[in-house]
Amino acid sequence: MDTRTADDLHVSQPKTSWMEFIKAHFRDYGMLLSLLVIMLFFQVVTNGTLLRPLNLTNLVLQNSYIVIMALGMLLVIVAGHIDLSVGSIVGFVGGLAAMMMVRWGFDPVTTTIACLIMGGLIGAAQGYWVAYSKVPSFIVTLAGMLVFKGLTLALLGGMSVGPFPVVFQRLSSGFIPDVFGGQGFNYTALFLGIASLTALIYFSFRSRSNQLKHGVETAPFGLFAFKNGLLAVLVIAFCYLMATYRGLPNVLVIMAVLIALYAFVTNRTTIGRRIYALGGNEKAAKLSGIKTERLTFLTFVNMGVLAGLAGLIFAARLNTATPKAGLGFELDVIAAVFIGGASATGGVGKVTGAVIGAFVMGVMNNGMSILGIGIDYQQVIKGLVLLAAVSLDVYNRKK
Amino acid sequence: MNSILEMREITKTFPGVKALDNVNITVKAGEIHALVGENGAGKSTLMKVLSGVYPHGSYSGSIIYEGEERRFKGIADSEALGIIIIHQELALVPLLSIAENIFLGNEQAHYGIIDWSAAFARTKQLLKVVGLDESPETLVTNLGVGKQQLVEIAKALSKKVKLLILDEPTASLNEKDSDALLNLLLQFKAQGISSILISHKLNEISKVADAITVLRDGGTVETLDCRAETVSEDRIIRGMVGRTMEDRYPKREPNIGETIFEVENWSAYHPIHTHMQVVKSVNLSIRRGEIVGIAGLMGAGRTEFAMSLFGRSYGQNITGRVVLHGKEIDVSTVEKAVSNRIAYATEDRKTYGLVLAEDIRKNVTLANLEGVSRNLVIDDVQELAVANDYRAKMRIRSPSVFQEAVNLSGGNQQKVVLSKWLFSDPEILILDEPTRGIDVGAKYEIYTIINRLADGGKGVLMISSEMPELLGMCDRIYVMNEGSLIAELDIADASQEKIMHAIVKSGRR
Repeated sequence: MDTRTADDLHVSQPKTSWMEFIKAHFRDYGMLLSLLVIMLFFQVVTNGTLLRPLNLTNLVLQNSYIVIMALGMLLVIVAGHIDLSVGSIVGFVGGLAAMMMVRWGFDPVTTTIACLIMGGLIGAAQGYWVAYSKVPSFIVTLAGMLVFKGLTLALLGGMSVGPFPVVFQRLSSGFIPDVFGGQGFNYTALFLGIASLTALIYFSFRSRSNQLKHGVETAPFGLFAFKNGLLAVLVIAFCYLMATYRGLPNVLVIMAVLIALYAFVTNRTTIGRRIYALGGNEKAAKLSGIKTERLTFLTFVNMGVLAGLAGLIFAARLNTATPKAGLGFELDVIAAVFIGGASATGGVGKVTGAVIGAFVMGVMNNGMSILGIGIDYQQVIKGLVLLAAVSLDVYNRKK
Repeated sequence: MNSILEMREITKTFPGVKALDNVNITVKAGEIHALVGENGAGKSTLMKVLSGVYPHGSYSGSIIYEGEERRFKGIADSEALGIIIIHQELALVPLLSIAENIFLGNEQAHYGIIDWSAAFARTKQLLKVVGLDESPETLVTNLGVGKQQLVEIAKALSKKVKLLILDEPTASLNEKDSDALLNLLLQFKAQGISSILISHKLNEISKVADAITVLRDGGTVETLDCRAETVSEDRIIRGMVGRTMEDRYPKREPNIGETIFEVENWSAYHPIHTHMQVVKSVNLSIRRGEIVGIAGLMGAGRTEFAMSLFGRSYGQNITGRVVLHGKEIDVSTVEKAVSNRIAYATEDRKTYGLVLAEDIRKNVTLANLEGVSRNLVIDDVQELAVANDYRAKMRIRSPSVFQEAVNLSGGNQQKVVLSKWLFSDPEILILDEPTRGIDVGAKYEIYTIINRLADGGKGVLMISSEMPELLGMCDRIYVMNEGSLIAELDIADASQEKIMHAIVKSGRR
């Protein structure tokens, strides 16, 4: 799948030098660069704990649900709205899953499907008010946040419900088994890493040659090679580290597939394009024949399904559903999308940005916890980072 | 008699357009001075220069007010000296009371604490002067347009006005309210307040004005003195439109075929004021290869008609039939209108036409994404080819199709909007003010494109407030006023005078 065409198609001036190109694309590269810098910083101050295989695995597990929700939130924010209710939906859907499996005796598969549908229905209910009744999304989802927080409490009777069947737990704590039977080294992980890397590089080359064929000025070849080389090193290094531990977590695979899918949808499909147009100028989109109401509705349905999935993953990870699950998640998710360069007024934002934003938050959470910084100052620092990232972005855009 | 205001050799240029060119106007103390001219003649720009909206330094020439040269840096400067402008679009806050509106920004306060009894008392006085019998506490939103206009005037009076500027004050008023307003102006005149009155209603002007300055194409044509002799409406019209027609329109041999598009009994009501009929039983037709114009003044209902037709994008309670090739078609949503091959290029390209933050490529394909995609997946390469093709064909000036629309000039933005609609492959193209805010060179290019469309067998419906443009481009012209089509002129016997007469005549009824 080609996920990077639109990113790379931008430049037009003939004969771009490296520096000019990087300058022109500072926003795209800047975010990735800051993530790397933050990781390097914590890697040094934690004496190498951050990138230990065990911790790396934890990092993925801890952030998977935030990343997954950030994908849906990106679309909502690009469409010019906001969803404050996702944290409560995580709690509610997790609670529903627990009741279905533990109390009502449903099997994990039925439960999973039912819970995803429930997420979609919740999204549809909220999307209806936003899209067709034109109630501001801030209000609708604020109401949803309260409603589903309350319903979670009612559903669970104020208690924690668990544990879950082992199959369901695998959703979060399982790993892709090694088909090659390596001793202490998971060859499958490395193999999957190399396979997806090959695909990425293939598509990246193909889109570049397409661009050259159509006279679109692309990044200088040196930079292009460097970028892909860096990507290769990072992916291989990551997979190697994971392979020395237990391999690739199931949830990492789910997450990677979803990231690829959403990057594709936003960059290459008509529905993705229309969401950007809707957020960029709703009136113009409408007068171009786009069904703006239905599109807004669908972004909320999508958000609901992803929040439901996140709820399942989170519950599976804790192996219990608690009334407090999902509390404050909406803040991390929204922060991730904005750190990733989305515009609060809609129309601007990228999947890759939102994912990087989520990992910026995640690495900081993880790194500060390792350093033993209390939850109190962690929040202060995260808040300041959000402000700094967005104000830098605003400054960059003004220039 | 002394002059209160003299504007000398005012020249104001915008990028690519000379909006005012050596304009001179002298207003004598205590007179009602009318300023007339076609849409786009430069009346509003001139008043913005006077009131300081365009600050000193952004124009050349001098403003002499009460005997001294003035250099206004903003509206506050001109207001402090008693120059108050009342804009066509009223600047009142609907959910505040009359008293709050009158003293907005000029509150009757001591140390930031408002003295409401003083404010109400003063408001009562002011309302009495303007003859408005309402409580100061009434919310502005509950007043009709005529009464809101009076509130604006009361607000002006509260600022100790010496020179009152009214931009089309009676445009949306009925006859009774208009008369009351004009009488008020005469009353002010008796008290020594001078006014500048911008209006299209020439009968009103001949009723109250002492002098008339005519603007045309950003220049002063003449100043008529109504005290010395009676000035007829014909005389004013001649001044307004008497420009020589140069070679500003590309030549075209019309090749007109059968009727392909008909609108029957089309009516629409205002989206909020449900009883207000904005479009009144419009009937029109377009033939193959024909360019049909709709002339009219601003607010005549032309845009409202076009938008209500295009997927009911304006108004409510819309009735009427649309027929294409003898078959009635469904235009109830934009999507259906587009798929029935109707396109509407808006008059306001920034608000309704473009996604400004996106590039040319994405804007061009927006209305017809299906045309560059397969199974919902956009074919990048094909899309790029389409965009490049239109960029070349329409001569959009930009480094590439990856230029964001926001960075394009008005003319190039318009070409992007046109490209978008041409790519949707319409048979009937409705163009609403296609050359608004575009410099002369780009206008010629747009005209060429429109001619090419007509020659290609499409029907073009062109709405424009610039009469010479309609006369230069169209094969047939409808004249619209107050929501109705009041005249249909073949190009052979159409003239600006005839159009103006039709409008003036129907306005008087």
